[in-house]
Amino acid sequence: MTALLSLLGLTKAYPGVIANDDVSFEIGPGEIHALLGENGAGKSTLVKMIYGLVKPDSGTMMLHGAPFAPPEPRAARASGVAMVFQHFSLFDALTVAENIALGMENAPETADLTQRIIEVSGKYGLTIDPFRMVGDLSAGERQRVEIVRCLLQNPKMLIMDEPTSVLTPQEVEVLFKTLRLLSDEGTSILYISHKLDEIKALCEHATILRRGKVVGTCVPKDETAKSMAEMMVGETLRTPKKHYTRHGAALLELHNLWLQSKDPFGTSLKEITFNLHEGEVLGVGGVAGNGQDELLLAISGEELTPPHAIQLKGEDIGQLGPNPRRERGLLTAPEERLGHAAAPDMSLSENAFLTGAMRQNLTSNGMIKTAATLAFARDIIEKFDVRTPGTENTARSLSGGNLQKFVIGREILQKPDVFVVNQPTWGVDAAAAADIRSAILDLATNGAAVLVISQDLDELMEISDNIAILSEGTLSAPRPTQGITIEQIGLMMGGTEVEHV
Amino acid sequence: MDFSTISSVSLITSLMVAATPILLAAIGELVVEKSGVLNLGVEGMMIIGAICGFIVAVETGSPWLGFLAAMAGGAAISFIFAVLTQYMLTNQVATGLALTLFGLGFAALLGHSYAGVKPPKFGHLDIPILSDIPVIGPLIFSHDYMIYISLIIIAAVWYFLTRTRGGLVLRAAGENHDAAHALGYKVIRIRIMAILFGGAMAGLGGAYLSLVRVPQWTEGMTAGAGWIALALVVFASWKPWRIILGAYLFGGITVLQLNLQAAGANIPVAYLSMAPYLVTIIVLVIMSSDKKRASLNAPACLGRIFHASS
Repeated sequence: MTALLSLLGLTKAYPGVIANDDVSFEIGPGEIHALLGENGAGKSTLVKMIYGLVKPDSGTMMLHGAPFAPPEPRAARASGVAMVFQHFSLFDALTVAENIALGMENAPETADLTQRIIEVSGKYGLTIDPFRMVGDLSAGERQRVEIVRCLLQNPKMLIMDEPTSVLTPQEVEVLFKTLRLLSDEGTSILYISHKLDEIKALCEHATILRRGKVVGTCVPKDETAKSMAEMMVGETLRTPKKHYTRHGAALLELHNLWLQSKDPFGTSLKEITFNLHEGEVLGVGGVAGNGQDELLLAISGEELTPPHAIQLKGEDIGQLGPNPRRERGLLTAPEERLGHAAAPDMSLSENAFLTGAMRQNLTSNGMIKTAATLAFARDIIEKFDVRTPGTENTARSLSGGNLQKFVIGREILQKPDVFVVNQPTWGVDAAAAADIRSAILDLATNGAAVLVISQDLDELMEISDNIAILSEGTLSAPRPTQGITIEQIGLMMGGTEVEHV
Repeated sequence: MDFSTISSVSLITSLMVAATPILLAAIGELVVEKSGVLNLGVEGMMIIGAICGFIVAVETGSPWLGFLAAMAGGAAISFIFAVLTQYMLTNQVATGLALTLFGLGFAALLGHSYAGVKPPKFGHLDIPILSDIPVIGPLIFSHDYMIYISLIIIAAVWYFLTRTRGGLVLRAAGENHDAAHALGYKVIRIRIMAILFGGAMAGLGGAYLSLVRVPQWTEGMTAGAGWIALALVVFASWKPWRIILGAYLFGGITVLQLNLQAAGANIPVAYLSMAPYLVTIIVLVIMSSDKKRASLNAPACLGRIFHASS
């Protein structure tokens, strides 16, 4: 079997970091090949080189035995390489058909294109309506748009960058069926992910990257998830332990909360009701865009609600802003690290001051207590192992994982009674994610009530006592995590999605 | 008060003349904003167009050459904005404001010796029989050529934006520049072309002021027309056809105000001169009160700096 695509010694350096160092591997026709690695291991840079977005400093690529060096994505697409992006490359305010036309070299007339979209989506079980606005679609439907866009160009090779991070388990099954069908027809697939169970289920070969280098190859079926994870990280992993504690009184209560979303493509909250108890970790699962951001805004006090809708320790706080809520012990950490949780161009000590001023007593008569603020920032950096030269570096200069540790650490060190966090480990590498999760568990063990909003079901299963699902703005009743299966959660997440597939 | 001097036919024809400068400038800015760039320098580009068109028309005796020169002048000054914001990644708001101030000053310098000069006359449509029909003749068949051209430009921009691939790509760049870049479209090149088009249209609108509407050169003669054009884009919620509606509405208010003054209406002049700006503000407030709808139409990347990181 001759290789469809072979990479030979690809190297790419950016100032201060070698993103890819002498990377070589081969992909056969019809093969589903996994590219495994932590965040920052160089997976994205590598596929960008294959797709013509980045030029390698040295090394060569061969496609069908002929030299392959696409100067731009158009050239790559013309040679039959198509890519489905991690952060969808779609345009919200355009229709499905317009979005697909933008990704094609010679887009046919609208009528023809619509016809072909319907044909291809029917053949591979990817139902989509060409005339809908992409902004109104769910994450799973958006991904279908991307895949159909690729398939319309009859690719020889399909690159998929973290395709399942936003899908429900049922949607993942549908996707895998499509991918296996494509593979049977001879299309090669380069599958990038750090979800090891999926790779075991889907991929024939895997190449593992660490710090830009190929550190190993394996046949995923013959490996365990743990052994692959350790190859990825290069060290043995510890999993945080859940301490079962008796839950105390309800600290945070939401009563029949309705909230109209301010974002034109957002989801309004409908009738949210739950109680969060002392010592409890409540996980809120669900696919992004089902009201997660709105829920956090309502609880943090950025969006005001009727007074009675949110109660903290029995007090109506629906009309209080974020600072009075902080004063009363309710702290939050939003998903968007840069621009929401932290001011990107301000230093770490200033960012520490911004939410910590009240509870850490960092002001006197309207003046900043510089020494105390610096001490607080240093404390966060030390206790949460934030890798940064110092407290005066800007938030922007930190990597995603480090900034996330800082943001979470900043809130946890203020000893909240109730802590609400959205996507605590999104885009964070495995080691840092484990640290963050154990910090959250420690907090609950010490008696705080914690609400974790996350799309990562494995994470929720690992740390939460109870789990509830947010779907189209409504929250299911919380159920104990023990004894529940991923499949059941999946059904709670998107029952309607499954039916029309 | 004597309203009998206000004839509705001449009111409508002068309304169209008053509306055309802001209509041209607004359709240019609409294309710029659709590509994701906010250029607040419309006023400056208009006045540069006004003086460039005026000088060339006076020196050559041809208003047509004047209009061409105005487009070139407007495009040239917008190119400064394009280089600063697209390559040097300067803040678009500050750069646009600077462009307006620079344009006003530079135009005054260029036009120093042209105050009081009369420009060559610009022709208007004159079709035998058709143009002589009462009411319909003056309303439809006897305007100056630029009014027809401005309407053709609106139709062409509408067709380009909604029916062609080029227009789709331009809207895509304004909607999500990172995605457009990832698909391999040249965001910066698209935006520079849009900015140049916007400059040319603003210049054309400015020259219409100095060559047809007034017609002479005075310092600062745009008198806020560029700002009205900017407001007009929002008023039209980025839809070309609504630019006509809005421009004629604003034009109508301006003309009515002049006519009322001439008719000796018992309203202080200051209130009447304020009227177009007040209406602009009121309309903007009404438009943006429904936040959801206003932000749905706005290009999502409007005013955001694009920097290709990969």
